[in-house]
Amino acid sequence: MSAAFRLPTGGHVDRGTELRFTFNGRSMTGYRGDTLASALLANGEHRIGTSVKFGRPRGIVAAGSEDPTSLVQIEQPFPEPMLTATTVELYDGLVAHGLPGRGRLADEPDPARYDAKHAHCDVLVVGTGPAGLMAALTAARGGARVVVVDEQSRAGGALLGTREYLDERPWTEWVDDTVAELRGTPGVLLLERTTAFGVYQDGFVLALQRRTDHLGFDAPAHAARQRVWRIRAAQTVLATGAHERPVVFADNDRPGIMLAGSARTYLHRYGVLPGTRAVVFATDDSAYAAALDLANAGMEVAAVVDARPTAPRLLRARCCAHGIDVRAGHVVTGTEGGDRVSAVHVAPAAGSDGSADAIGTAGAADTIDCDTLLVGGGWNPVVHLFSQAGGTLRYDSRLGAHVPGQAPATVRVAGSATGAHDLSACLRQGWEAGCEAALATGSRPDEVALPASEPRAGEQPGLVLWRVPGEAPRDAPDTRFVDLQRDATVSDVLRATGAGLSSLEHVKRYTTIGTAHDQGKTSGTITAGIVAEALGVELSDQRPTTFRPPYTPVPFAALAGRDRGELHDPARVTAVHAWHVARGALFEDVGQWKRPWYFPLPGEDMDTAVLRECRAAREGVALMDGSTLGKIDVQGRDAGRFLDMLYTNKMSGLRVGRIRYGLMCGVDGMVIDDGTVIRLAEDRFLVTTTTGNAAMVLDWMEEWLQTEWPHLDVYAASVTEHWATFPLVGPRSRDVLAALAPGLDVGNDAFEFMAWRDTVLDVGPGVTARVCRISFSGELAYEINVTAWHGPAVWEALMAAGEAYGITPYGTETMHVLRAEKGYPIIGQETDATVTPQDLGMAWAVSKKKADFLGKRSFDRAENNRPDRKQLVGLLPLDRDVRLPEGAQVVDTDDLPEPPVRMLGHVTSSYRSAALDRTFALAVVRSGRERVGEILHVPVGDGLVPVTVTESVLYDKEGARRDG
Amino acid sequence: MTADTSVRTSPLAAWTDRLAALAPALDVAERPFLTQLTVRARDAVAVARMGEALGVAFPADPCTSTRGGGPFGDVEVLWMGPDEFLVVAGPDRRALVEDALRAAVRPARGAVVDTSAQRTTLALSGPHARDVLAHGCAIDLHPSAAPTGTCVQTLLARAGVVLRVDDAECDAFTLLVRSSFAEYLAAWLCDASVEYRAALS
Repeated sequence: MSAAFRLPTGGHVDRGTELRFTFNGRSMTGYRGDTLASALLANGEHRIGTSVKFGRPRGIVAAGSEDPTSLVQIEQPFPEPMLTATTVELYDGLVAHGLPGRGRLADEPDPARYDAKHAHCDVLVVGTGPAGLMAALTAARGGARVVVVDEQSRAGGALLGTREYLDERPWTEWVDDTVAELRGTPGVLLLERTTAFGVYQDGFVLALQRRTDHLGFDAPAHAARQRVWRIRAAQTVLATGAHERPVVFADNDRPGIMLAGSARTYLHRYGVLPGTRAVVFATDDSAYAAALDLANAGMEVAAVVDARPTAPRLLRARCCAHGIDVRAGHVVTGTEGGDRVSAVHVAPAAGSDGSADAIGTAGAADTIDCDTLLVGGGWNPVVHLFSQAGGTLRYDSRLGAHVPGQAPATVRVAGSATGAHDLSACLRQGWEAGCEAALATGSRPDEVALPASEPRAGEQPGLVLWRVPGEAPRDAPDTRFVDLQRDATVSDVLRATGAGLSSLEHVKRYTTIGTAHDQGKTSGTITAGIVAEALGVELSDQRPTTFRPPYTPVPFAALAGRDRGELHDPARVTAVHAWHVARGALFEDVGQWKRPWYFPLPGEDMDTAVLRECRAAREGVALMDGSTLGKIDVQGRDAGRFLDMLYTNKMSGLRVGRIRYGLMCGVDGMVIDDGTVIRLAEDRFLVTTTTGNAAMVLDWMEEWLQTEWPHLDVYAASVTEHWATFPLVGPRSRDVLAALAPGLDVGNDAFEFMAWRDTVLDVGPGVTARVCRISFSGELAYEINVTAWHGPAVWEALMAAGEAYGITPYGTETMHVLRAEKGYPIIGQETDATVTPQDLGMAWAVSKKKADFLGKRSFDRAENNRPDRKQLVGLLPLDRDVRLPEGAQVVDTDDLPEPPVRMLGHVTSSYRSAALDRTFALAVVRSGRERVGEILHVPVGDGLVPVTVTESVLYDKEGARRDG
Repeated sequence: MTADTSVRTSPLAAWTDRLAALAPALDVAERPFLTQLTVRARDAVAVARMGEALGVAFPADPCTSTRGGGPFGDVEVLWMGPDEFLVVAGPDRRALVEDALRAAVRPARGAVVDTSAQRTTLALSGPHARDVLAHGCAIDLHPSAAPTGTCVQTLLARAGVVLRVDDAECDAFTLLVRSSFAEYLAAWLCDASVEYRAALS
């Protein structure tokens, strides 16, 4: 069954494809090519929902993204809130309902794909109306790389709401030919259903393409539903058109009250009549076109109410021929109706000079019955993107709108976005903009013939009228709505100016006008006008509110794109990661790295697993994947000198073949990183950094080399991922290494602590290792470095060789416990950029002899030498089973007073120790070293945990275990 | 120097089949175990000497690369920075190439570092190679903007890569990615190819 308000012919809809949909519980049909709004109007449905604040019925005002009222919630195929019915393309099976403001998000994950794509071009054209198409065609024929975007499903722009002729053919033929030529031109990318929503610096433009929304249930799962295009354009042509402006009067919000041009669009684009009997409220000639077109299409048009003192003669005559009553010098003062407008009140306008401020209502109101009221208040050029691009705006008092002023060098505006209304002018501007943009990028545009178009009547200038004058009712709410979505009225604006606000930005925030989904596309200029009138200032002196991206709402899902799930953030993995996964490791995130945290055996909890791993390292042998450690190759004749400046201790004196631990400070003398330095050759070192600081340390080195010490012959290169690094720890580690490196003398004298050796490993041909005798646990330990390619094979060989000794893989938690038992700090855990080497008890690592190094000067500051600085100590809870929470505060009272409480410091690390058979912690505590032996307290929950302060080294203080 | 490949594992060894399955939309395969040496040198004479030693002139222009053959077989030299190059040769040529470069750079200031396993290499081509890259790479890879030999360090999705244009007309590219990011990048490539694969099937 055909919908009641669908004309038998006409419109750019596919009448062969009928689509069923449900709105507000009612089943209806429409056609492919409809929007939800046009299909609803075809079925006579104007009422969408109710307003957010007052619950007033609201309908459809416009035909595009500027619509302030037609918010809907999509329920099927997938819940989506707050779309405008005017921008939802109809598809079969759509289920939706009207929304009072807010909607609901789905409570299940959106199964659709969203992605992003980069595009580059010489010329970007926004809009495929007559101006945009001319610009694109001109630039494309000149050989420029062109991207053309348009938010509609069909090219044509404002022509879609007309029956214009171009070159004496219906405009569709010229547009279709032009689109076909653009599509067939190499180097041209034409994107329909694509809204340019943000313009940024250097020609960067973001656009949202709705690729499969219109397919509804038939959208293929593999295709990205929406795509954010990231376009970089040398030149941009904005042919963004114009939005029609309403006029504010009492009860101007009823369903059935629409913009005149939008009604014309519903007629010509969709073959839909907005109702049965219309009144047209005009302030310019363009509204007459709506009246005449609708009358031609068979709709009864009761009257054209023209606010101007005199009606344009020719248009008036044409109206008379259709029996349309033209009432010049009249205004609409109010409406009647419930869910639909049923009548309008019309009264003579006072004043005759045509200026807005002289208009008032005079005389008795006349009531005209109608179910449709079309309003034409003039046209606002769509300057949003132009303004975002940095273009200045100028108020044109003739148009009552802001028009583009000074354009950035790479941006051009064409068509009705400039304020032009004449089709011929729009085409010519498009051609000019296309030529200039193409020339600016080195292309050579050919002659492109302008299609001939009918000259416009343009009889009489429009009247700028923000609102029909009159007072608000004394004993009833104001119904003169300025922002229909926000339910904000003229009274609200006047309350703002009455409160002393004069800036439009302040008025916007006070009234919330322009802050809804439509961002004030139809209300912004009117608000500015009412404010200017109220304050008695010129609108040209008012700075308009700032246009910010996005031009239209963009779903977060589209902005997230493919950066979700496993692609949300790269997981950096080591060469042995697959082994860890297979072994059932749990992982700890360290920066982007996935590090094995611990390797639980079946049935083990974390504590049990870590105690077992610790015991293996202290009593047998254990193996860790330390490949994430940062590694930097430092080469050059001055490498030693350079490292002397970088580290607090002296590195140039290190012998080839030896290793030294080093601390690195910032210029403020605070510890920023630590690691080992191994000397490979006279002019070459390999330094390690903490996992999280690898990039920072390399940048730190480059900064000093490039800015302060370019005279040094030193080069630094990251080799972090070239090497796989496996600490082999425990009293039996020597046996395991010996089994795998038969050519290496592993004796304590031949291979002493803090030395390194290169050796062949008995793993396969060509497998060599650099073995460093260093220990982060206090146990006999070897750090085995092989190329990452050999990592998996060597790891498995180590596990096999250690099997007889019960070799145990361990993770970062066990590493942390082992080093904490020895009082070794972890940079970033014990330190927080306020901790000096001295605070850590590591004055031994600070050279007294070196003339200079980074941080040295700061060690002389009084602040650095205060005796009550926070110092690293150990804490032993008196109750051996209580594990302190990390981050807990340390206080020196056993009876907590009212806050504020003096804090002595905080717990930095806290573990259960297998070796100590008790819990323990590290902490930074004021005058900590002086307090060794004292009892302090740590607030935990509602209680205080008594702890004994100890030295930071809790295990093997003599260092007897180092040599096995 | 030879090495038994059975004890070597490349970062994307486990992805061979998944990457191969992207064809014909995207021909992508890891080129494992290439010799890679990071070279730092500013002295023009030393740079020229290194080029002579390898049989391929070092790139003179930023964001370009050179390719040629010499005593060490096919060698590519990628411009990485004002005084930084990446020399890429076939597998198992590290020692000889490193020695040759070290000898050639002296007595000028410079450094040569073996970074062979620091990154792995992916060769990309096919009708949608440029499309797939455009989903994650902000660089303009149109042949007019990125001719053959173009070499840039950039982001592909969220991984840093060295991207080289091997053949602009045939849409053939090489990606060098840090080994720890390789699996992320492979997963991303598979995901970015979904639509193009479906369109072909």
